[in-house]
This record gives sequence, C-alpha cells and structure tokens, in this order.
Amino acid sequence: MTRGRADARAPNLDEPVVVRDVVKRFGDTVALDGVSMAVRRAEIFGFIGPDGAGKTTLFRILTTLLVPDAGEARVLGMDVVRDLWQIRPRLGYMPGRFSLYPDLSVIENLTFFASVFGTTVDAARDVIAPIYSQIERFHDRRAAALSGGMKQKLALCCALVHRPDVLFLDEPTTGVDAVSRREFWELLGQLKASGLTIVVSTPYMDEAGRCDRVALVQRGRILELDAPGVIGSRYRHPLVAVRGGDRQRVLTALREFPHAVSAFPFGETIHYADARSGSDPAAIARELDVWLAQRGLDGARAEAAQAGIEDVFMDLMETPRPQAAA
Amino acid sequence: MRRAPGSAARGPLVAFMVKEVQHILRDRQTLTILILMPLLQVVLFGYALRTDIQDIRVAVVDPTPDYATLALRNRLGATDRFRLVQVLPDASRLETLFRRNEADVGVEVAPRFGTRLARGEPADIQIVADASDPNGGTTMAAYVNAVIDDFAGQMGASGGAVHIALDTRMRFNPTLASVNLFVPGLIALVITLVSALMTAISLSREKERGTLESLLVSPLRPWQIIVGKVLPYLGLGLTIVLLVLAAAWGVFRVPFRGSLALLLGEALLYTLVSLALGVLIAARTSTQRSAMLAALVGTMMPSALLSGMIFPIASMPAWLRPVTYIVPARWFIIIARGVMLEGVGLVNLWIETGVLVLMTLVLLVAAVRSFDARLA
Repeated sequence: MTRGRADARAPNLDEPVVVRDVVKRFGDTVALDGVSMAVRRAEIFGFIGPDGAGKTTLFRILTTLLVPDAGEARVLGMDVVRDLWQIRPRLGYMPGRFSLYPDLSVIENLTFFASVFGTTVDAARDVIAPIYSQIERFHDRRAAALSGGMKQKLALCCALVHRPDVLFLDEPTTGVDAVSRREFWELLGQLKASGLTIVVSTPYMDEAGRCDRVALVQRGRILELDAPGVIGSRYRHPLVAVRGGDRQRVLTALREFPHAVSAFPFGETIHYADARSGSDPAAIARELDVWLAQRGLDGARAEAAQAGIEDVFMDLMETPRPQAAA
Repeated sequence: MRRAPGSAARGPLVAFMVKEVQHILRDRQTLTILILMPLLQVVLFGYALRTDIQDIRVAVVDPTPDYATLALRNRLGATDRFRLVQVLPDASRLETLFRRNEADVGVEVAPRFGTRLARGEPADIQIVADASDPNGGTTMAAYVNAVIDDFAGQMGASGGAVHIALDTRMRFNPTLASVNLFVPGLIALVITLVSALMTAISLSREKERGTLESLLVSPLRPWQIIVGKVLPYLGLGLTIVLLVLAAAWGVFRVPFRGSLALLLGEALLYTLVSLALGVLIAARTSTQRSAMLAALVGTMMPSALLSGMIFPIASMPAWLRPVTYIVPARWFIIIARGVMLEGVGLVNLWIETGVLVLMTLVLLVAAVRSFDARLA
C-alpha cells in the first residue's frame, strides 16, 4: 500500500509511523545511527533496549521535539519536521518522566491537558473511562500525593484526553511496581483493541512479550525487529536453564565448560548457551549436571529451556557486528 | 483536524493562565513572601527613617542684622525642636560647623533682608542642611522650611507684599535617599522580583519536571506558552505595586503628586522588560536553581545596586556610570520618582520612557525567539 506519500488526512494509514535512515548526533555522541522501521496500524510496537540505547531520542524525533540530522520520519503520513503543527494535535505522548503538575489535583491536570488541545474531559470520557475509573475516586487529590502506579495512569489519561491517533509511551513502566505494571499493560491491550496504534519503549525485556512486534535497540541501532516469539525462535544456540546451588559459583563453573558460549543470570535461573548448534539441549543439560556435580555443586539442576527475547538480546550484544564507517 | 486552526487558540491560552494562577495560589509560602516582603520593607524603612529629630542645631548667617532677621532668629529659637547654636556674619564658617558636627542646619539670610522686605523686593533665605545623614537632612530641612514658611506668612500679613524666596540645599548627599525616594526604588525591585525572578523559576520548573515536553507536543504555540506564563505574574506584580503604594501613602504619607495611570503604565512597561528577561534566563538554564541564581545576579542585583535606588549614580566611579545605562531599573526609577514625587508628566519623561520601550521590544523579540517550538 502507499507509504510515505499518503494524504495527510487519510485516517486509515497502514503504517502510521515510518522511519527511514534516521541519524541523530549530540556533539560527538551518535544517539541514532541509521534507524529504519515502520509501525503497523493498531499494533503495540515496542522498543526494547538498555538506557542510553537511543530510545528516548527516537521518541522525541517522532513526537516532533527533535529534528533528525539525516533521514526522514513520518507520523500519520506527515513529515515530523515540516508538518510539525499538523502532527502535534493528533499524537499522544507520555514522556519518560510523568509530565504532571504535582500541585494540581487529578481532575485539574486532566482538565488542563484537555483544554490545551481545545477539548474537554467529558468529550473524551469514553476513551479514558477504563483508566480514569481506576483513579476517579482520587480526583480531588493532588498529583504529588498519588502512588507511582496512579501517577502513571493519570499521565496516560492526560496523553489520551484529546483522542490521539497514535500514542507514544517512553518507558511508561519505569519506577512502577510489578502489579501496576501488569495492570498498565492490560490497559494498553484494551486501547489497542479499540484501534489505537501504540509505540512504547521499555528497558524491561519481560515486557517484550506484551508487544505485537519489538525492535531490539542498542547503541542507536536496531539489532532485530519482529514479533517477540519469532525473535526468540531465531536463537541459534541450544539453551539450558540451571537453577539452584551457589549462584556465583555455578555461573563461573558454567562459563568454564568447554562448549560454553555464554552464561548469564535470568530471573531465578541461569541461562547457559552452548556452542554446538543443533545439539539436543536435554543431552547438554545432562552433561552440565555431571560437570557441576564434579565441582561439588550438587544443588544445581540443569534442564532444556526455550529461548526468549532476552537470550537473543544478550547474544546480539556479544556478537561483534560490522562497524559502520564514521 | 478536528478544529479549524485559530478557533481553538483562545481556549488553550485561557486554560494555561488558569493553571498558572493555580500554581501561584497553591504555593502559599512563596505568595506570602512576595506580598509581605515589600510591605515589610516599606514599614521598616519608614520607621527607621522616623528617628525622632528633636534637637536640631541651627546656625543663622545674618550679615546685616535688622528687625526682620531678629524676628526670624527669635522665631527659630522659640521653636521646640530647634536650638540656635550660633549667629555668623558670613557663610564661610558654616562648612566648618558642619564638619565639626556643631550644627545641623544653616539658615542663610540675604544682606539687607529687612530693607528688601519693606520695599517688597525678593528677600532670599537659603536653607543648607547637613545631609551626611541623608534621612535626617531631609527631615530637618523640611522642619526649618515649615517654620520659615510660617514666618513669611506672618510677615506678609503684617507688612504687605512680602516675597521670601526659599532655596533649600543639601550638603554631602545630593540625591537624598529617604522614604519618599525609597518607595519608587522598592516598586522597581518588586517588579523585578515577581516578573524576572518568579517567571524564570516558574518556566525552568516546567523544564525540570519534564512538563515542558508535554506542553511542546501540544498544539500550544511558543508565544502562547510565554504569554500564558507571563500574564498572571504581570497581574501579581502590579497588584503588589498598588499595595506598596497604598502602604507608603497610608502609613507614611509618601506623596503621590503625578498621575497614577501614568505610573501604572510605566510600571507595565518595566514589568514587560523584566518578564522578557525572566523568559530569556529560563531559556538558557535547565534547572530551577540555576535559573534562580541567574535571575538574582542578572536582574535583582543590578536593579538594587546599579539603578541609583540605593547608591546615587553620580557618586559612582566614572567607569561604572555608563554600565547603569543598560540597567532597566535605572530608567524606571527616574520615571517613578518623577511621577510620584514631582508630579512630572510624560512630556518630561519621554527619553526614559523611550529607552524602556526600546528595551521592551528588543527583549520581547529575543525572548520569543529563544523559546523554540522544539527541545533544544
């Protein structure tokens, strides 16, 4: 279908966000080193990567706050540099730090952001209802007195109050407790079901599975871009999860194993990758049990594991990639 | 687009100002300080200057004593507050008396005073006050002035057309810092404080909190953000100015001789200059703390020290004097003193007003330009 050249007012763009070869430098630091990608309509697209990977810079370019040094970015078919004032009323943005006024109450914050976009809270009732209903009983409370999870929901309401066509959430779950994080992702799922395109970034790889597609970002480049499951299935090494035993000693022992590619902590377990591609992970697990027992680490148990996005990410980060010319 | 551009422009701006007023009203502590501090300063200065002057030592220079000068001397000596310390044949010794601190006020009567009075010719009396204690000097001269005025009135009543020309001179302090002169300076400081300092802090707070990012992504234009930010502080500043004027007049009878509308108009102009400075400072700083420091050093200090409010410009070293020309407060204080104390109209203040208008235009343009529609 048409890309890029689409009519600015066309409501049904197949790719509401298109980025081509975007480069952004800050002095000597290259924040974005030739990023290209596209977000499909009504999907949740996630940028996964550590702090300093360039996620926030890309979000600021997409939300018209920064101008790229090279390349082009289009949101809803419009150029982020040239069509600044046409784009702004139609995008919702939740910056990394929740942009709320702590001395204003919940309803005052919401009313303010509604008025700034020339609308009212009532007009947006149906859009924000699922979220607002959770914080409505605190409508008189000052934003400063809200918990992290409630602040996050209020910030989301503020970003949605003008019925945007695409929503950008920069690390929305950073600094929020686990329960609120889960609730938040459920809300994003509901919003997506209503047809909203959502672009989100997170440093938490366990949140990748909540996205339809993800881009793994590192040092201003996209390393991998696909559905989370597909990315996991592309993992090239047999993978074994080891649990129990003295964690630090087990880690050292695994790294000393002759066929080891990598071993790193993964939640409760340690993920071990083997160099012998195509081998049966279960067989390798048995070998590891013996190897660990020989070193007096009887408490540790190894078993075959399914590779997840985090494994891919660790692998990609350790693989030297061809360096782009300066 | 849901709305035609422009039709929504009014709503957001009003909403922004409402939000700003809420910020101002919620921050009770700052608001209290902003209102009480200037009022407290008026009261403190006013009372500090009221050191009761009871014993004023008067030296009379009377080259040709006659019935009229004797009457004057008696009159001065009979007044409670005065003590006639010496009668001199000529003015040359007066300076010595001042230096030795043996007299506070000198009254110089012109030669052949009585004869001149009798002939209906102008008879001069000059009052010379030691103003090394500036506040005392003014007050003492005023007392003597009042007594001589009274004396002249009586002479006129008994002896036909009497014309006494009074000429008051202050020695050692030509600018006469006093409560009257202090109030215009205080008004300048209040405006600088509320407009430059508070605007700079408030705008950089949006940066520091990250709320500016949300504002920028909205359809609000940079000028709307600036105007919405600035107007409430303009209102606050002018309100405090009126309070200061009312306090100065109500408690200390500081005179207000000129047009209040003119003064408020000029205050508005000076407020705009300060607001533009505040916006410029906020544009170049990223935290509230640095904005506050920059505003204190960049606007408050020059307004207090280089404006002639406290230290007379004429007594500054020659190299420093030209620097005061770029301090907006210098011009505003000249205007405010002229309007309040002398009742001068715009006709006589057009140079100072013109300078302020020019500063306003240049700084406003610079302020709006400094404020990008994007992040720096």
